[in-house]
Amino acid sequence: MPLSMGLTDSPEVRDRVDRLEIPFDELGLDPYGIRKKDLVLSLSLLQFFYRRYFRVRALGLENVPVRGRAMLVGNHSGGWAVDGMMVVASCFLDKEPPRLVQSMADKFMYRMPFVSGMNARTGHFVGLPENAEHLLRHDRLLMVFPEGARGTAKLYWERNSLLEFGTGFMRLALKTNTPIIPFGFLGGGEAIPTIMNLYGLGKRLGVPYVPITPYGLALPRPVPLEVRYGRAMHFDGNGSEEDAVIMGWVDQVKSEVRGLIDEGRT
Amino acid sequence: MKVLIAGISSIVGRHLTQMLVQDGAKVVGIDRRPWLDPPEGVKLHPFDIRKRPAEDVFRTFRPDVVVHMATVTHLERKTEDRYRINLHGTRAVFDNCARYGARKAIFVGRHTYYGATPESPLFHRESSPPMASTTFPELADLVAADLYATTALWQHPSLESVILRLVYQLGPSRAATLASFLGGPRVPTILGFDPLFQFMHELDMARAIRSAMQPDLRGVYNVAGPNPVPLSTLIEETGRSRLPIPEPIFVRALGRFGLPRLPPGALGHIKYPVVVDDDAFRKEAGFVPEYDAPTTMRAFRTGSTSG
Repeated sequence: MPLSMGLTDSPEVRDRVDRLEIPFDELGLDPYGIRKKDLVLSLSLLQFFYRRYFRVRALGLENVPVRGRAMLVGNHSGGWAVDGMMVVASCFLDKEPPRLVQSMADKFMYRMPFVSGMNARTGHFVGLPENAEHLLRHDRLLMVFPEGARGTAKLYWERNSLLEFGTGFMRLALKTNTPIIPFGFLGGGEAIPTIMNLYGLGKRLGVPYVPITPYGLALPRPVPLEVRYGRAMHFDGNGSEEDAVIMGWVDQVKSEVRGLIDEGRT
Repeated sequence: MKVLIAGISSIVGRHLTQMLVQDGAKVVGIDRRPWLDPPEGVKLHPFDIRKRPAEDVFRTFRPDVVVHMATVTHLERKTEDRYRINLHGTRAVFDNCARYGARKAIFVGRHTYYGATPESPLFHRESSPPMASTTFPELADLVAADLYATTALWQHPSLESVILRLVYQLGPSRAATLASFLGGPRVPTILGFDPLFQFMHELDMARAIRSAMQPDLRGVYNVAGPNPVPLSTLIEETGRSRLPIPEPIFVRALGRFGLPRLPPGALGHIKYPVVVDDDAFRKEAGFVPEYDAPTTMRAFRTGSTSG
């Protein structure tokens, strides 16, 4: 079997895609336009990076519910979406039965050719509260980085810091009665050691910034990565609470994430 | 039941007429386009919907239900013409409905009302704002007609107004916007973009309009058929092949090399999805589409109703 075949069409991935709790129709599409063959392609590639290139270690996967809605909430680590991709891979490759993690991506990605198409076909949609709510109401597993795009812009020496968390995810979790699974991601900063971000160039290219590493381009180095899932957190409310109340709960999630990162560092 | 259909000669208008005649309704149509062999007993009037002779049809026929599907969508038409026909025509229909005692008026609008942008939500609810007027100014007249129709809900409270926003039509007749886009053997797409397309079988469209006629149903509703399908799948399943063109070249090539002459705003509709949430209509009108996506695409491909 040629190498490229194994990279883009792994039998293990195919089998796992078949076992996903996604209602594919006879065209291989789900109601959101996720397409089976594109999932196999993208997850086969992720499998290579997850298992061989980075050798990712995933801990606490039993905390991710086997079915039903849930929100994975964690820190950004690394100059671009490597962290999110490895979270997707961990729930798909190392969890039994496999689950498909869906994320909300930044708007700029949908203006970019190829990225736009592939994101949509594999279940990652424009980051809008309406989209997130729709997915949760249909019992999907949603990944959220409350630090936002600023989170991926962390420089090498800031790699284990946590920026301020947005509050949108908490209101959404309350409104849809969704458990929050905190996670800590480690090693992204070592994989992509950003020393500066070029915002001017980014603007010209239609992206928020272009990360620069000591070796130039922000290609990730093959270092071990780790993702630690914590216990599910439930909050009682309906999402219309005052900011002060919401912030208090957001801080609880943030300190769980902080704890998971610190656990991984020791 | 007496039904007046403005725009009766369209494909969906014809299907609807057949269904209503079978139900035992009395149908009269207004359309300047001909329909050579309408069912027996169906009277056609070749009038302009905005003009007095059309009003006289309302006056003499006194319809219970009026279906307004006489809007033009051809982008070749000049903008002023489109405004004149779509907005003023809609106004004339609703005014006549109120004046001559119709029980219900159904406006047949389009889901493109919501516009196709990278920022738009995947599933538009009826309350989503109409972005089409900013992203695609050439559709502004249809947005205006739709919004005008919704004002009937408070302007004419005794009239049951229903505003339907239907997804693209597809089917054996190979008529309407999507069908002409898929017309040739090679369909131009923009390289790297593969938006979801939402379409429904032309017969389901007629059934949906018929189900909007039930008493007490009023309001604004998205109407859809099967789940949306990526453009690439749509092209493949209808037996076409994709001709992906990088966007900068696409823009320059429009109107040349056999590519359609489209305004720049139209590009959004082959880059980004317009997908609607039709839960409300399914729930309140009890509408369930009969044709799934593969059957609908096959019907278009083979041109036969049996699918």
